[in-house]
Amino acid sequence: MQKIINGKAYVLGDNIDTDQIIPAEHLVYSLSDPQESKKYGQFALSGVPRERAGLPDGGVPFITDGNYESEYSIIIGGSNFGCGSSREHAPFALQKAGVKVVVAESYARIFYRNAVDGGFIVPLETTEILKTALKTGDAIEINLNTLKLTNQSDGQTYTLVHPGDVLPIIEAGGLFQYARKAGMIEG
Amino acid sequence: MPMTITEKILAKASGRDAVKPGENIWLNVDTLMTHDVCGPPTIQIWKDEFGGQAKIWDKQKLVIFPDHYIFTNDPHANRNVSILRQFAQEHQLPNYYDVGGERYKGVCHIALAEEGFNRPGTVLIGTDSHTCTAGAFGLFATGVGNTDAAFILGTGKIWEKVPESMKFIFEGEKPEYLTAKDFILQILGDITTDGATYRAMEFDGRAVYDLNIDERMTLTNMAVEAGGMNGIIAADARTEAYINERSSQPYTVFKSDADAGYHSVYEYKASELEPVVAQPHSPDNRAVVRKVQGRKITKAYIGSCTGGKMADFVAAARILKDREVKVPTFVVPASTAVARQLKEDKVNGKTIHQILSDAGCVIAPSSCAACLGGPADTIGRSVDKDVVISTTNRNFPGRMGSKQAEVYLASPLTVAASAVNGVITDPRDAMG
Ligand code: SF4
Repeated sequence: MQKIINGKAYVLGDNIDTDQIIPAEHLVYSLSDPQESKKYGQFALSGVPRERAGLPDGGVPFITDGNYESEYSIIIGGSNFGCGSSREHAPFALQKAGVKVVVAESYARIFYRNAVDGGFIVPLETTEILKTALKTGDAIEINLNTLKLTNQSDGQTYTLVHPGDVLPIIEAGGLFQYARKAGMIEG
Repeated sequence: MPMTITEKILAKASGRDAVKPGENIWLNVDTLMTHDVCGPPTIQIWKDEFGGQAKIWDKQKLVIFPDHYIFTNDPHANRNVSILRQFAQEHQLPNYYDVGGERYKGVCHIALAEEGFNRPGTVLIGTDSHTCTAGAFGLFATGVGNTDAAFILGTGKIWEKVPESMKFIFEGEKPEYLTAKDFILQILGDITTDGATYRAMEFDGRAVYDLNIDERMTLTNMAVEAGGMNGIIAADARTEAYINERSSQPYTVFKSDADAGYHSVYEYKASELEPVVAQPHSPDNRAVVRKVQGRKITKAYIGSCTGGKMADFVAAARILKDREVKVPTFVVPASTAVARQLKEDKVNGKTIHQILSDAGCVIAPSSCAACLGGPADTIGRSVDKDVVISTTNRNFPGRMGSKQAEVYLASPLTVAASAVNGVITDPRDAMG
């Protein structure tokens, strides 16, 4: 598992629900067909109202028209990130769009489980209020060994919360990989 | 060691004498439920991960309801149902409820109850966030994603962190202008949409046990709107009567110990509460109806697993009887059984179906319909700047279709009263 992750930040507010991450009308595409599943990337975060998309200014498209991947690979959120439905399409869509890590103050349980168990993205928690400290477009480095997030644009460093008991699943890359390593399932 | 009802069920399912909040445990799952949106990807992950060896751990314990995107011409949506149908045939699944015939049931959470799968003391996991609805029967029920479901499909197991419990007690007698929807919106306003994240929400008190099964399901259904892992109401005689009519499988009734530990306890006097709405765009954006009455609406919607049960239509019919709606009003029964009963149960010689259609409501076949927006041709879907008052459970931007629309969540009484006046209306002013 990659321990140092670099990327540009895309900053969002509190309560980013799964309808904002991937609107329900798009849930019909195949998740396994490589061509069709690209659409999940194309529509990732397309439900976020314009004025709240890419803080502090808003109005920043996460994905530019016609593209399937975003230039932003690190999402910064507030509290209760991923609330709403149980759709695994949500962390999947973020992964398809090229997101590696989400850093938020807190997560809704099902989104968090899906992100970890499916191995789509790494959901990290922080006790700092990054949604106002960082700006969309800031160059970010996340170090999973030291649990530090550095804003390379101004050199400021922030602390991340240790993922606790789920770390082995994150490190294994998902629930199935973990279960194989642990000898729970064969293959 | 004193335990809450949730802790007792989880202890049993993990083969232990006791569990403590915060512990990570592996549970044996009694029932796995999936539907047309999450079933196909779950099946795909199960095939990919278990390969040629892929076996369903227990066919009797797998339940599949197509219900989300079914009355549509959208080819992708229809393909999902075909995948389920083929899977059910290939594996001779006993609990597949296909659409388009007698076996079609409607919205999964209500169908689970009606078909007798909600057995007290069991563990029920579903690929839908509102799986917590089943907790109304004193069981542990929670939603998961496709990967977790695929893992259960092959192994019958899931890991969970034992949640801390929060207790919500409603004392006294519920006035007739309130429904369980007002109770849960009251709680949501108090604790907000992440107030119960990773916790169990236990409901108790006389006013809760006075509720019928439909109404109890409204309470547990929206536990997830507060971030709750599960919502739960211990089984009583009414629960047992309901389940005994529908299932001959064994079950165990658990109750919380009097000295069990809680994260927090909230107490309400039912008689002091008022009808409330959740204003756009969040289920915790509570306001008493008196404060927002008079706001213009363009649509009303009575449906979904939260607000499309028999009890909801009986409540709406009390107000809509001999009246006419002023805005387009959609009635979507949560299940085919509810749709049938609407045509059977009578008030003063008229069926509820007749009362609702005479009032000018559009009555749609049962499904999730516009509760989650759905494909563009979905009945009742919000368009442009619609202002909708709805008995559903979520009002995030775009949830019912249009991103510009505003959705107010309310009890079926408040929705019916508002539909009649074309503006948000306190049900007390329409009940006479
Ligand atoms: S009716 Fe609405 S909330 Fe209930 S299962 Fe269907 S989409 Fe989900």
